Amino acid sequence: MSTTSEPLPAASPSRGQQAMPGINAGRDWSRSFWNLVILAGVIAALAISWGPAEMGRWTFLFTDSANMAEYASGFLHPDFTDWRYYVQEMIVTVEIAVWGTFLSLIVSIPFGILCAHNMVPWWVLHPCRRLMDVFRAIHEVVWAVLFVVAVGLGPFAGVMALFIHNTGIMAKLFSEAVESIDPRPVEGIRSTGATRIQEVVFGVIPQVLPLWVSYTLYRLETNVRTATILGVIGAGGIGQVMFESIRGFYYPQSSAILIIVVVTVVLTDLLSQQLRKFVT
Amino acid sequence: MTAIAVENLCKRFGKKQALAGVDLTIGKGEMVALIGASGSGKSTLIRHIAGLERGDAGSLIEILGEVQQKDGRYGPKMRELRGNIGVIFQQFNLVARLPVITNVLCGILGRISPWRGTFGFFTRAERIAAIEALGRVGIPEVAWQRASTLSGGQQQRAAIARTLVQRSKILLADEPIASLDPASARRVMDVLADINRSEGMTVLVSLHQVEYARVYCDRTVALRDGKVVYDGPSDALSDSFLTELYGAAYEELVLPQKLPVKGEARPTGTREPVDRPVVGARKKTLQPA
Repeated sequence: MSTTSEPLPAASPSRGQQAMPGINAGRDWSRSFWNLVILAGVIAALAISWGPAEMGRWTFLFTDSANMAEYASGFLHPDFTDWRYYVQEMIVTVEIAVWGTFLSLIVSIPFGILCAHNMVPWWVLHPCRRLMDVFRAIHEVVWAVLFVVAVGLGPFAGVMALFIHNTGIMAKLFSEAVESIDPRPVEGIRSTGATRIQEVVFGVIPQVLPLWVSYTLYRLETNVRTATILGVIGAGGIGQVMFESIRGFYYPQSSAILIIVVVTVVLTDLLSQQLRKFVT
Repeated sequence: MTAIAVENLCKRFGKKQALAGVDLTIGKGEMVALIGASGSGKSTLIRHIAGLERGDAGSLIEILGEVQQKDGRYGPKMRELRGNIGVIFQQFNLVARLPVITNVLCGILGRISPWRGTFGFFTRAERIAAIEALGRVGIPEVAWQRASTLSGGQQQRAAIARTLVQRSKILLADEPIASLDPASARRVMDVLADINRSEGMTVLVSLHQVEYARVYCDRTVALRDGKVVYDGPSDALSDSFLTELYGAAYEELVLPQKLPVKGEARPTGTREPVDRPVVGARKKTLQPA
């Protein structure tokens, strides 16, 4: 390990007989070892999953690509005759996403604080985090089915599904922002005799606000996409129309709907980017 | 009447004994310097007196005659006492994204009803008081700027304005000038001395350099390894005595050049032209060293 240091004194005798530390002196070999272990673990996980995931079928992508081309050609001539109806339903989908995001934003603010380990004792932290885990672990589609049973088919079930699932995600993102704040300004506020809530309002929220806004806008974008899928299970909006036209083999209409969805997602992305720039 | 009474304050962080039985009494209206090398326990002591840390068993801190903490438990009047103690920090600890005036208004949170404070409904009179406090420290024009846009010296003075609005009876300053250039440092120390003189506010200021203690404070408390090793007049702290106290760490505690004596730095009115030559002069002496 320290072989390279030996020839040096001989090569430059004028430098005196100081012992040079070996190039690996003080190196932590356990780190290198663990890096190798992690690498081996990743490779093993990929190898084990190859069979069950039927990765061997990748050759069909090339041998049977003609089938895909045939299916896709149905989408080549979009039919925009009913575009007013599509746009109207697209707006409904966006409105579902707006309300779902808003409701979860309101609830995520307190939960974002209650799920941060630097803000609350463990006996508050863990119940709150587990509750958010449950919200997050159950997919929007499952929540939507649950709410359809309660409030009936339609957009409101979609709003509720987005609200619950998205709260689980936003509370986690919010709490991670809170956990990385600079504690010193908070101490500055505490030293004035402020209450705990005032410490949060004046010391914590101003620090995390840009991140929170950015997360919320990102989630709004995601929710517009998800709200489209929710239409498939009867929660209204463009998704429902799209699913019906695909099932009826109306490919030109489906194609037009897909284009409208893509344009809407791009527009939300552009808008939220501008808003984020404005806030931070 | 005592403002701060510390008895047998001990604090251990893991293996390190940060404070080893500190006894300290400071009377109302005093301006006391706290000196010591890095790691001697200055900040830890100040954080305990400010009520931001709890000492180990056997420790007692009384503020204005009320128990603030005993045996590592906060007393019942903790929050009220925090309101009576203004603290300024080495890193200023302002909320960077809030305007300066909001930072200053945070000083009154301990005095007004919690609901009004939480929603930030400050009255016109309170806002005027905040602007006046900023005027007092010489930066009334920055009120609506974000705190992050201020220079270090301005931020520290904004922090002092917060303690003025707080109407605290005691001001603790934890290395307030350690991250400032010499001109800003002197201005901040001038403001502290002025508040001590005209408001009668008790000031405990921890300093890295003993020169500032000699110029601004009559009394100096010196810490080493978490113990008080000197408590007496600042004038008696000769360089040789400091060498005796701190050995090799002594170099850390002195500036390469003597500061001008109190009053000499600000003979008449304007500050800027007077402060600048001092900076220049000190830079010259710093170069050879």
